[in-house]
Amino acid sequence: MATKQSQDTLGGKSYDPTAPLLAVDDLSVEFRIEDGIVKAVNSLSYTLDRHETLAILGESGSGKSVSAQAVMGILDTPPGFVTSGSVEFQGVDLLQLPEDVMAKDVRGQKVAMVFQDALTALNPVFTVGWQIGEMLRKHRGMSKKEAKEQAIELMERVKIPDARDRVNAYPHEFSGGMRQRAMIAMAISLDPDVLIADEPTTALDVTVQAQIMELLHDLQSETGMGLILITHDLGVVAEVCDRIVVMYAGRIAEEGSVDEVYHHPAHPYTLGLMDSIPRPDVHTGRLNPIQGAPPDLLAIPSGCAFHPRCPYVRPECSGEIPPLVDIGRGGHESACLFWEEVQRDR
Amino acid sequence: MSDEELNTSTGRPEQTPDPATIEGAVGREDRSQFAMGTAVPSEIGVDIEQTAEVNARTASLWSDAWRQLRRRPIFMISATLIIILIVMAIAPRLFTSIDPRACSLTDSLLAPSSEHWFGTDLQGCDYYSRTIHGTRVSIAIGLTVTFFATGIALVGGSVAGYYGGWTDTIIARLTDIMFVIPFILGGIVILSLFPTRGVPQVSLVLIILGWATMLRLVRSSVLSAKSHDYVDAARAMGATNRRIITKHILPNALAPVIVYATITVGVVISAEAALSFLGVGLQLPAISWGLMISNAQARILTAPYLLLFPGLFLSVTVFSFILMGDALRDALDPKLR
Amino acid sequence: MGRYVIRRSLQFIPVFFGATILIFALVFAIPGDPIRALAGEKHISQTVLDTLNERYHLDEPLWKQYTIYITGVFQGDFGVDFRGRPVTDLLKQRLPVTIRLALLAFFFEVVFGVGAGILAGVKKGKFFDNFVLISTLIVIAIPIFVLAFLAQIIFGVKLGWFPVSGIRDGWMSYMLPAIVLGSLSLAYIARLMRASLVENLRADYVRTATSKGLSRRRVVGIHALRNSLIPIVTFLAIDLGALMGGAIITETIFNLPGIGRAVFEGVQKQEGTVVVGIATFMIIVYMFANLIADILYGVLDPRIRLE
Repeated sequence: MATKQSQDTLGGKSYDPTAPLLAVDDLSVEFRIEDGIVKAVNSLSYTLDRHETLAILGESGSGKSVSAQAVMGILDTPPGFVTSGSVEFQGVDLLQLPEDVMAKDVRGQKVAMVFQDALTALNPVFTVGWQIGEMLRKHRGMSKKEAKEQAIELMERVKIPDARDRVNAYPHEFSGGMRQRAMIAMAISLDPDVLIADEPTTALDVTVQAQIMELLHDLQSETGMGLILITHDLGVVAEVCDRIVVMYAGRIAEEGSVDEVYHHPAHPYTLGLMDSIPRPDVHTGRLNPIQGAPPDLLAIPSGCAFHPRCPYVRPECSGEIPPLVDIGRGGHESACLFWEEVQRDR
Repeated sequence: MSDEELNTSTGRPEQTPDPATIEGAVGREDRSQFAMGTAVPSEIGVDIEQTAEVNARTASLWSDAWRQLRRRPIFMISATLIIILIVMAIAPRLFTSIDPRACSLTDSLLAPSSEHWFGTDLQGCDYYSRTIHGTRVSIAIGLTVTFFATGIALVGGSVAGYYGGWTDTIIARLTDIMFVIPFILGGIVILSLFPTRGVPQVSLVLIILGWATMLRLVRSSVLSAKSHDYVDAARAMGATNRRIITKHILPNALAPVIVYATITVGVVISAEAALSFLGVGLQLPAISWGLMISNAQARILTAPYLLLFPGLFLSVTVFSFILMGDALRDALDPKLR
Repeated sequence: MGRYVIRRSLQFIPVFFGATILIFALVFAIPGDPIRALAGEKHISQTVLDTLNERYHLDEPLWKQYTIYITGVFQGDFGVDFRGRPVTDLLKQRLPVTIRLALLAFFFEVVFGVGAGILAGVKKGKFFDNFVLISTLIVIAIPIFVLAFLAQIIFGVKLGWFPVSGIRDGWMSYMLPAIVLGSLSLAYIARLMRASLVENLRADYVRTATSKGLSRRRVVGIHALRNSLIPIVTFLAIDLGALMGGAIITETIFNLPGIGRAVFEGVQKQEGTVVVGIATFMIIVYMFANLIADILYGVLDPRIRLE
């Protein structure tokens, strides 16, 4: 594995050794489109440390993918704009860094990303080996031969069989699971500190899903990198993650350790999510889906965005936007005014 | 890649031809194959979400599109131009009271003046009046040919795309044959079979030469619509093939066809002018811009206005239809927003 | 890949026969007795008529004439005109003109069309992009013969930069007609290139490439462009084939003795064999170009090679 260049500075700014690996603070992203302004992400804050796995959970439209793109600085601008907040990598705010520093030093090397659909996320006209080796050639100055060898090693590391033959194959010649492994190989090729996996298993079969999650988990143990897992799948979260951030309509609904949130959900949305999936260990009569439909992001409901669908709704809920409050027990936070009631019912 | 997809003379995986690029065919005389375009990777591929509610879905697409259209200046401009042109075609008397056939040889080849705004031609006819009257023939042929060619294409293309198999193979090969024959050449050869060539004859020939590209477009739209799940759903609910085609597949295939048909009107107008210019299209006493330009050839240096006025009208007419096609494409293709 | 090429070639066979039969039937359905037409006002004796009829197989039923003709084609004989001159001679004489015109036009359309398209796509929404969109639309809307005349008047006569007629001035004679002929394709290609590039710039793999920390130049110039060029290259191959097929209007207006004009003259003079011969040649060239395009597509896009 290529040795990382150690630096004390990034883009001229010094690292803060006491700061968490990644600290997102009050991040807001909006999309300015013809029909109006879509507030995709609102005041998102979380931290990530080494060896830690953070899950960002939410439905489509909850802002989870957009927030990840903002962290990487690969948002489509226009129409997307970061309107507030900071993304600090070991104390250095990535949002303030110029584009060329982000490209040269940050993306791929400090923070890397794995995308959902490997078939469209990989370039169809270049071989997998070429694409994996590209970062090595461009960032580490390796020769084509060296990069290819390294690519084979990486492919073996992510357990792609017959790597030596497959390195010259094209993405469409791989199966879904193997393609995802190839993307992971590509993402970890420069040994990043943070890996963001945006719905890495959504497009895959259940058995393959488990394998991929295991792979990510193993890689994390080996390298100590921080892992952000973006997903809408509760089951996956429970297996692998340490902490979870539940997002709804661009805001955090609830945040805490996985244990806490699973066993003591403090937000009706989280409760609704838990209740709406079949659980083999709990024998209930019917599944309870969450009433209503996800909000139109051009017209987010006032106050708590979830209130039109909430079984606990009170008049106060449609007034001010409820703040995220600390409800104790190891950094458990909820944005519901009536979280105690929610917890009691559990 | 299935046999179905290969079953086109492009051989490349059949993707919905891009009407936006087909406009490049105008006047493309002998890149004839393109006189009506060729299948090229698409911008159009109206990607509608799969629900069983066909009507609601298509209704919202159209109302969305209409909203989009009203906002765009290119739609407004082209629509205005087209309306003016159609009015000009139907009622040329609104624009001029001079009889285009009231020609007096003593007035031959007069330069533009306040009496004859566009001057006079060799016969001494008022050129302005003739130019205005020339609109009728162009618009008539443009609309007629497009209408029938689209009709043939819709029927043939949906049958070929939907049923596949031998029907498709035969239709595809027939389409290929039409493609392989250079457009102008085909036009010249077929038209020279007719001793008298009026609007009906010329229209017929253009229809024969023009259905092929549109059919390919319809076919590939149908092919892609066919693969959507809602077709299986409809079939499972017991819908007959004909019903599936008319109620489920065609509405989705319609958007690119509409865009392309609009552009085709422009292409056809240009093609008729080209053929008349060569002397194999409309004949006198028809008033056609192509014919006027042909007669202007000998004098382009001494009397350039003979070329310029019909040339201008012709270009603007073709331009407005193509522009409209562009506007429609922007509005109907959600991907492009 | 080999199988794919073979399959495509096989599909062309019925098309070839279908198209040639169609042309043959149309041409020889032209009313009028060509021999008499050639003779003009002169009186021809019946014996002479009979000999000529026999020589050119004009007595035989249409299908037999066709069979004789097409077998001849496979041996390189495209028929003879009514003076006894082989059509292949005519082709040999006229083809170089058309080839020069085609190559020059092709050069313009590739260099300027692709270039303008790329720039417009990269600078989407900005001035250059809008300029390209509007100007290509205008060029496309103006019929080629109007464009040709305008070019002749402005650049040929008024400014005197180029000759407007004939081929006496060597390569300069071809400049103006090539520019006019190429302008249409240029407009088309610029739009196609732009559209293809814009579509690819929105693709997921571009986002992935950016997330890998690659420079924008590399992301656009290598990742996006490599994909965007696929439809362009195939289109160009076909366009070259079409160009080779002759440009009847351009050759007529600029007075270039190419095969396009030859076939037009053939129709006017009712020289059926000339028309059919040249048309067959054009069809063959176009089909060949299509085949090349298909092969190129397979070479450039690995996804279809599996067939």
